[in-house]
Amino acid sequence: MLFFAGALGALGGAVGVIAMRNPLYSVLALIVHLFSLAVLFLLLSSAFLAAAQVVVYAGAVMVLYVFVVAYVGGDQESAWEPIPGQQLLAPLLGIALFVELAIAVLGSSLVALGTEGPNVAPGFGDPAAIGTLLLERFLVAFEASSILLLLAAVGAVVLAGRRTGVAVNAPGAASASASTGTPRASEPGEADADAGAAALGGSS
Amino acid sequence: MSTEWYIVLSSLLFATGAMGILIRRSPVVILLCLELMLNAGNLALIAFSRMVGNQEGQVFALIVMVIAACEVVVGLGLIVAIFRRRLPLDVDELRELRG
Repeated sequence: MLFFAGALGALGGAVGVIAMRNPLYSVLALIVHLFSLAVLFLLLSSAFLAAAQVVVYAGAVMVLYVFVVAYVGGDQESAWEPIPGQQLLAPLLGIALFVELAIAVLGSSLVALGTEGPNVAPGFGDPAAIGTLLLERFLVAFEASSILLLLAAVGAVVLAGRRTGVAVNAPGAASASASTGTPRASEPGEADADAGAAALGGSS
Repeated sequence: MSTEWYIVLSSLLFATGAMGILIRRSPVVILLCLELMLNAGNLALIAFSRMVGNQEGQVFALIVMVIAACEVVVGLGLIVAIFRRRLPLDVDELRELRG
């Protein structure tokens, strides 16, 4: 029964992600989805992954999403459709994909698919077991993933965090503040405050 | 609950994510749908690992989580960069690189 609760939550969250108009609501639906998946992971006796799912995914990654959505703003998608009938074709393709996957899985003559798997020891999937595997057998993959995380963090800072990226846009920003009617020749220290005030005035 | 239930649920979630990528046009929502697909893959990996009675599938799922985190970080960085350059946040309008 717990499986059906988890499955319902996961499916509802997934449908919510693609059905919500506002991206912020999509992010919240994804959080529901991730929590339900953590319940399913617990049912599959992988306690460490369930904890990692809740802490890392639903905790950290989703906070990142919420910040970016709040920064970018949840604007509505335009009704312009470059491919005619895309909204109609996409669900058909999705259903076809599901049917194909189901045929591929259920049509494979795996006998063990109908079982729950063998009885496992109580320590199956707990942090100690996963940590031992990760640091002994899969050490190379562990180190490679840590290097990949470092590269991704550096790349994100280079992409999004450079001040020169703002300086490139400075003429546009200046013209924008001029168009809002606050032409104030001020010291450089006040320029940021003026821009912020102009942005606030523009948004309100 | 037998393994096939989990696998069917996983393929359903994967198809939902793929559908979302095809339907939606906001890059943020497309990233969210990618998360859906990666998580469906994770669920299948863990279900199979339980079916075989081997913990190594869980390590695979953990590595997939790391990859997903990297992809999110780079994707959100791109979205912020696009937003700062005042380009439209719509994957159909960002077609300058199209051949």
